[in-house]
Amino acid sequence: MPLNDYEIVIGLEVHAELKTDSKIFCGCTTEFGGEPNSHVCPVCLGLPGVLPVLNEKAMDYTITAGLALNCEISPYSKFDRKQYFYPDLPKAYQISQYNDFLLCKSGWIEVASGNGELKKVRINRVHLEEDAGKTVHSGTGILDSDYGQQDYNRCGVPLIEIVGEPDLRSAQEAKEYLEKLRTLLLYTGISDCKMEEGSLRCDANISLRPKGAKEFGILAEIKNLNSFKAVQSALEYEAERQAELYDKGEKMFKQTRAWDENKGVTVLMRSKEGASDYRYFPEPDLVPMVIDDERLQRLRNTIPELPDSRKRRYMEIWGLPEYDANLISGSRELADYFEAAVKEYGEAKAVSNWVMVELMRLLNQEKIEITAVKITPAALAKMLKLIDAGTISGKIAKTVFEEMFMTGKDPEAIVQEKGLVQISDSGELAAIAKKVIDANPQSAADYLGGKAQALGFLVGQMMKETKGRANPAMVNELLRKELEQRK
Amino acid sequence: MELYQKTAHELQQLIAAKEVKAVEVAESVLERARQAEPKIHAFVTLAEEEAYQAARRVDEAVSKGVKLPPLAGIPVAIKDNISTAGLRTTCASKILENYIPPYDATVIAEIRNQMMVLVGKTNMDEFAMGSSTENSGLFTTRNPWDIEAVPGGSSGGSAAAVCADETILALGSDTGGSIRQPAGYCGIVGLKPTYGRVSRYGLVAYASSLDQIGPLTKDVTDCALLLQAIAKYDPKDSTSVNQPAPDYLQEMKKGAKGLRIGLAKEYLGEGISLPVKDAVQNGVKVFKDLGAEIVEVSLPHTEYALAAYYIIAPAEASSNLARYDGVRYGHRTSQKVSDAVELFMKTRQEGFGAEVKRRIMTGTYVLSSGYYDAYYLKAQKVRTLIRNDFDNAFKSCDLILTPTTPSVAFKIGSKTKDPLEMYLEDIFTVTCNLAGLPGISISGGFDNGMPIGLQMLGPLFKEEILLRAAYGFEQATDFHKKRPEI
Amino acid sequence: MSLSIKEVEHIARLARLELDGSEKEQFTMQLNEILDYVEKLNQLDTSAIEPTAHVIPVHNIFRKDELKPSMDPEEVLANAPDRIGNYFKVPKLLED
Ligand SMILES: [Mg+2]
Ligand SMILES: [Zn+2]
Repeated sequence: MPLNDYEIVIGLEVHAELKTDSKIFCGCTTEFGGEPNSHVCPVCLGLPGVLPVLNEKAMDYTITAGLALNCEISPYSKFDRKQYFYPDLPKAYQISQYNDFLLCKSGWIEVASGNGELKKVRINRVHLEEDAGKTVHSGTGILDSDYGQQDYNRCGVPLIEIVGEPDLRSAQEAKEYLEKLRTLLLYTGISDCKMEEGSLRCDANISLRPKGAKEFGILAEIKNLNSFKAVQSALEYEAERQAELYDKGEKMFKQTRAWDENKGVTVLMRSKEGASDYRYFPEPDLVPMVIDDERLQRLRNTIPELPDSRKRRYMEIWGLPEYDANLISGSRELADYFEAAVKEYGEAKAVSNWVMVELMRLLNQEKIEITAVKITPAALAKMLKLIDAGTISGKIAKTVFEEMFMTGKDPEAIVQEKGLVQISDSGELAAIAKKVIDANPQSAADYLGGKAQALGFLVGQMMKETKGRANPAMVNELLRKELEQRK
Repeated sequence: MELYQKTAHELQQLIAAKEVKAVEVAESVLERARQAEPKIHAFVTLAEEEAYQAARRVDEAVSKGVKLPPLAGIPVAIKDNISTAGLRTTCASKILENYIPPYDATVIAEIRNQMMVLVGKTNMDEFAMGSSTENSGLFTTRNPWDIEAVPGGSSGGSAAAVCADETILALGSDTGGSIRQPAGYCGIVGLKPTYGRVSRYGLVAYASSLDQIGPLTKDVTDCALLLQAIAKYDPKDSTSVNQPAPDYLQEMKKGAKGLRIGLAKEYLGEGISLPVKDAVQNGVKVFKDLGAEIVEVSLPHTEYALAAYYIIAPAEASSNLARYDGVRYGHRTSQKVSDAVELFMKTRQEGFGAEVKRRIMTGTYVLSSGYYDAYYLKAQKVRTLIRNDFDNAFKSCDLILTPTTPSVAFKIGSKTKDPLEMYLEDIFTVTCNLAGLPGISISGGFDNGMPIGLQMLGPLFKEEILLRAAYGFEQATDFHKKRPEI
Repeated sequence: MSLSIKEVEHIARLARLELDGSEKEQFTMQLNEILDYVEKLNQLDTSAIEPTAHVIPVHNIFRKDELKPSMDPEEVLANAPDRIGNYFKVPKLLED
């Protein structure tokens, strides 16, 4: 049967590195990269005899994430050891949290679903654990390598694992979910969520079942999803693949697959029949965490107004179109910038137009982050007021804005320096109009002969003559008047 | 009397009074060790050069009139599972035979700060798993009272070194009796502090929820002094407890008078040799004479302690010892391997001895899927019952007197066939670790020339009560003054 | 509960120990003996008892998010059985 007759069931498991300065159990830096094995100490190298001590901020950040994701925060929590042998895991166990007494559980977020409506996607848990080191393969991949090279710099970077319920029903939805998750984590400031540096990582569980069926199908876990695009493409591919197998009546089995970006296919890594036995048990070297109301309140206060609420406000109170509201609220920094400018200027629509069009264009063109932009919200507001006062035209303002963007200079100063003040003196403009008509007799004749569009040419010439400074509202009127006199 | 025969508190006076130089003490002790070692085999590594340097620094300080820490210049031997920067730390295992730690355990940093003289690293049962040092991956240490007998274990090297005057003081570690049992077998003083009293940072973990570092000394006064030196809160150990230690020396001198000493029938029943029973009876008499009160207490879950211990300890050990995989440090197989898994399997097979493998296997099994509740969780619950027993008992007494072991030191090789029989060695000592309590073993008599250990268990963080009773007993008897002929 | 050689082999694999034939036999026997012994815990009804994971009840022990110096890579690699540049060198991993 066609893919349409199957229901696709997807759940994502997301790991995000926390943006603390030091690692979760020692004082080494969490900085990405660095010379191999240069961000390592006895504790994160797992030398005999060392003990972990919990970085309080890592716990607080996890709780903050839980709050932003509408989780229940456990008043009592503990760590467990997850045991498996791997060259990048120095203690041969990962300090993590097993199923009981997790820091955060039972949350949800709202995600745009295909039909334009919002859909609640449940989050099973958010727990805290330590990251492992990295294996650098001697070849291009694991299969053609003779040996592995171990770098333990990443070992012990605090990591949260966000396990979503299998509530997603399409690859598109999965991508939306991941983007929303990223936005929320960025908003809370607990992770920089860079998929390209691995500070945001995603595994996906996907299975198919005939529409209407209650039982879940046999799932495949897909690893190595290094971008939002990869998440979507891999899931689209995998859904097709599974549908074909079902159609052929082939026997399915639980498996782990990897996304091959270059070939655009998922490939079998291993069958999950002999599932790992992690032998979890409570970490004896760490004591329990007790989270009281005071801490919860303090952490709640660190969370800014979240995007959904901002978006609603921009649309309902400030009258922004959904597209604009969505885009601006999608980044905390941009939204903060926008709101600061609105506060200075007093009206939202004009600000959003400038942000959406000119600011976005220049940010993209110059590859600059909003946090590094040289135009302060106050300067933007000032520029808008110059337009309102008729000091500059909207067209000239674009030039001023670009100059502000490049130099960070005050708009008024730019206008003065470059002599960009709008010409609104009717005498002065009338004289220029005369000059333009004199210089273009054919156009004047055309206009007077009934070709109204010839006026446009003359307006352009007038703007050219004044280097765009002529008050556009007056130019047409004056030209027409002058032409009528020559009839 | 030679300098090496003296106690720390005697030497302390001599050094402070400039009658003896720290270098002379180090010389005397190291010479003694050189002479005794071929018979005793207590040390894995003797750190002569380092010891002389440390001693010279003490003498310089003395000559400058600097005020010295109490144990400055006193030789101390360290069990080889305590991390010493720059000095090989083997855990008596082939897997760590050439491992040189880049960092000091917190207790070692204290020892260096307090200007003690670290003379060497002592033998032990591999990774502290055993009761005789026969499980050492390197060699077996002899009991100075009878070189055919075991010194006990796992801190057997530390106990034998103190007993044979090869050091003045020693540190050991105690997970199920590993300080007290060898102290008992060697007729010296050994104290296991309350869990959390002494930092575990740098102690190579065997069973994390049970391990504690503690002193092995020639007498109770030395024990109080060394405990004082190491009983400190350590922010590097999350399980270390921030509770200031009292002045142990001062407390100790209050003696046994007025203490209520509990006797538990569960520790005095069958399986105990007659001489050991007699020694306990004699102990009771000594304490009564000292003005202590004897009360009967009951610890009904005692018989389950060993079973709980032999689930919890191997479970934690199986996890703690997983890191020895031949990647970052320690032994790596020289056999040809095709992948990392094979490397792990061969390395660990070659590097670990039989008892360590046995415990790793037991521990892996009890934590494995489907068995966790039946074994590990069950044992942790029984642990609660054992704790409750002690809480109840300490309502009516200040400490509990028991034998340290059912009989005196056994002959080398006599119990190696049957691991379970060896495990029974720990029957009186494991409860203390399960409940986190402090315990001490002192010399309480002799059986055919072999020392008998008396054990006392106290409430949490009440080491001073144990020291009071032990000091009182020691003042009233002279078992501790007897030393073996080497 | 009685442990078979096959189970012992499975546990050895989990623990990454390549036991030889005689060890497998010996451990099967000895592990069974130990498990028989600890069986006595089942005489106790512990259904209403909380487990003790930490014998001293402390909680919320933290460190501040502060940087401490890391080791020099030479020191990190000083005990390495094999290395390549500043990496630890290991045979490749074919499975986990
Ligand atoms: Mg995880
Ligand atoms: Zn570190």
